[in-house]
Amino acid sequence: MRVVVQSEPFDLGALTAGFAAGRSDMGAVVSFTGIVRDTDGRLDRMEIEHYPGMTERAIATIAEEAQARWSLGDVLVIHRHGTLRPGELIMMVATCSPHRGDAFAAAEFLMDYLKSRAPFWKKELTADGAAWVAAKPEDEDALSRWTR
Amino acid sequence: MLDVLYFAWVRERIGLPKERVETGAATVAELVAELSARDARYAAAFADISALRVALDQELSDFDAPLAGVREVAFFPPMTGG
Repeated sequence: MRVVVQSEPFDLGALTAGFAAGRSDMGAVVSFTGIVRDTDGRLDRMEIEHYPGMTERAIATIAEEAQARWSLGDVLVIHRHGTLRPGELIMMVATCSPHRGDAFAAAEFLMDYLKSRAPFWKKELTADGAAWVAAKPEDEDALSRWTR
Repeated sequence: MLDVLYFAWVRERIGLPKERVETGAATVAELVAELSARDARYAAAFADISALRVALDQELSDFDAPLAGVREVAFFPPMTGG
């Protein structure tokens, strides 16, 4: 498992290619990438704040839970903080498994939990000013399908 | 002594990211009541507890939780990662 919280950009291609490299027992790699979205052409930048220390712990806990639930060879989570422009990559997760079902499910689980259980807060800055992105009820609802 | 941390709009409303607090509060709710009584900035930040989350020593917790043995308390809005 590898969890990285950083302000710098990351190389999606190199990380995805290197993930699970040499693991011939893994038949499936799933990766997800989050991108700064500018819905209406007004976004100048996004500022992502986090809670150093708790962020890494919370993500590691989520990744450990994924590894306990599914048969995974490895988990990679990279999440950026700081100032990001539209189109920049915010974060990625990658999972690998002998079969695709576990890799897909674990990647979705990781994303659902990262959304509302990893201590990040997004602020959008437009020409009109700045506004904190509010958490959506759907994000919390998304967790209920994983509770058993 | 507790380290109390604030993030996102809680930090902005209170006007600082972190402070040391001398308190006899037994629970998070008691600490919130103490802080809210300080001035209008704190009162505004803690006006609606349902809009806030709390972490004790970097683990999500709740407002009824006891503070015994806790060193770090953080207040913040619901998280928006991913």
